[in-house]
Amino acid sequence: MQDLCCAGAGEHAHWAAAATGRNAVEPARANGRRTTRPAPRRPPRYSALALVRHGLSGKEWPRAWRDHPLGTSYDVVIVGAGVHGLAAAYYLAANHGITNVAVLDKSYLGGGGSGRSTAILRSNYLTPEGVRFYDRSMELYRTLAADLDYNVMFSRRGHLTLAHNDSSLRTMRWRAEVNKLQGVDSELIGPAEIKRLVPYLDISPDTRYPILGALYHPPGGIIRHDAVNWGYARAADVYGVQIHQGTEVTGIDVADGRVRGVRTNRGDIATPVVLNCTAGWSTLVAAMAGVRLPIQTFPLQAAVTEPVRPFLHSVVVSGTLHVYVSQTDRGELVFGASVDPFASYSTRGSLEFAEGLATHVIELMPALSKMRLLRQWSGLCDMTPDFSPIMGGTGVDGFYVDVGWGTYGFKAGPVSGEAMAECIATGRTPEIIASFGLDRFGEGRLVGEKGAAAVGH
Amino acid sequence: MMLIRCPWCGPRGAAEFHYIGEFKPRPDAQSVTSADWRDYLYVPANPSGPVTETWYHRMGCRRFFNLERDTLTNESRAVGEGIR
Repeated sequence: MQDLCCAGAGEHAHWAAAATGRNAVEPARANGRRTTRPAPRRPPRYSALALVRHGLSGKEWPRAWRDHPLGTSYDVVIVGAGVHGLAAAYYLAANHGITNVAVLDKSYLGGGGSGRSTAILRSNYLTPEGVRFYDRSMELYRTLAADLDYNVMFSRRGHLTLAHNDSSLRTMRWRAEVNKLQGVDSELIGPAEIKRLVPYLDISPDTRYPILGALYHPPGGIIRHDAVNWGYARAADVYGVQIHQGTEVTGIDVADGRVRGVRTNRGDIATPVVLNCTAGWSTLVAAMAGVRLPIQTFPLQAAVTEPVRPFLHSVVVSGTLHVYVSQTDRGELVFGASVDPFASYSTRGSLEFAEGLATHVIELMPALSKMRLLRQWSGLCDMTPDFSPIMGGTGVDGFYVDVGWGTYGFKAGPVSGEAMAECIATGRTPEIIASFGLDRFGEGRLVGEKGAAAVGH
Repeated sequence: MMLIRCPWCGPRGAAEFHYIGEFKPRPDAQSVTSADWRDYLYVPANPSGPVTETWYHRMGCRRFFNLERDTLTNESRAVGEGIR
């Protein structure tokens, strides 16, 4: 592992440059020969009636996506079968007709950040670039269930970011104004209104960190993250996209500054385009292509309680107390936090985290002191210096990245997939991700989102 | 609890320490190219394996020291005094 990480040392050239026109994939003619794929297989539509009928029939439930033998060449290889990789595969097929696509994952589908996310959706960011981008994702999420024919359980329930001091109050007001200018429903509210929305919050002024106000974002909510992953996988499979689980990329072949193929533990694949969607492992995969990324991997821990009667109807976030809380449709409280205090690839949970989390949650909602934690887990976050993602070309022709998703990647899955699919299909960087290029660090055009992305989910 | 071995205080809980980051000698500001300075600022090695880092014993001797830590297993050993 060590030498892979150093493989790109000194190759500053790869910092430059967005994608060029030469990268464009021509559907069905890549690699100079026609690709033939079976006609789209239409699975039975999911509906309540179909569910009841099938349930009564007692037959096996059909697989939602198929397994395939690993091919020897694809038009596009996507590394990482999480929400970003699967969404990119789906939009490549659905919007651009590129269906000779393989999605590889060293583990199982949705087993990385996409399966560990606390699945909070919102678009109340700090920079106009960020707000525009995440709001497009919300727009796609709103119709996703119908588009994918899969119940993704999007629950719009309002999102509150609490302010415990004057400086956070100022940031909230700033965010509210940026949001309104971009047409996003977002406003600053006071303690009385907060208490009306979340009666269990302690808004008394004599706490250690009194609640002075909150940024209220009514369109925010939660979603069933696994359903999103599975829905994209199933919809991409309909178009003939191949999903290969248990397939680890061990190398990327680059010759004359162009991607030629990938090597995996199941065999070699020839491909002109590789898309890196591997979150916490993204620097390791990029190093295989000789590309260095300004990313450091930190674990983020989360926890869930036993289920109780629904009482919390909004998502509550406190940046000062490093905690966010939401209640799932099953009644469990899902807690998240900031990343661990040091970089690591280990996904072991810590007692310090559970203790700190419990302390802060009880500070916010004292009535929760009797609740019991069911489990805690950890996922890997690829943190960038400015808390914004890195998307687009890399300076190695055909090697694209959709990384740097830190602690805020799940909500951006659909828009990232859509934008990366367009980027790969047309060879041009779409306007919506133009400010997130890898070249921004060299040029000093950072997109500072720390004030809105750090703990704010 | 994760233990970190401070070269002056011995093994202590990791919560006593503050993580500074990967150990990187600061380039000479007079002669450095902007590309190298950018790398120094933004690009960590970020390996999944052993890496040399600087830590600060904030709730102990309040000294900086270097630690070699495996980022996959979090096993570590002190390797001497830090840069600050």
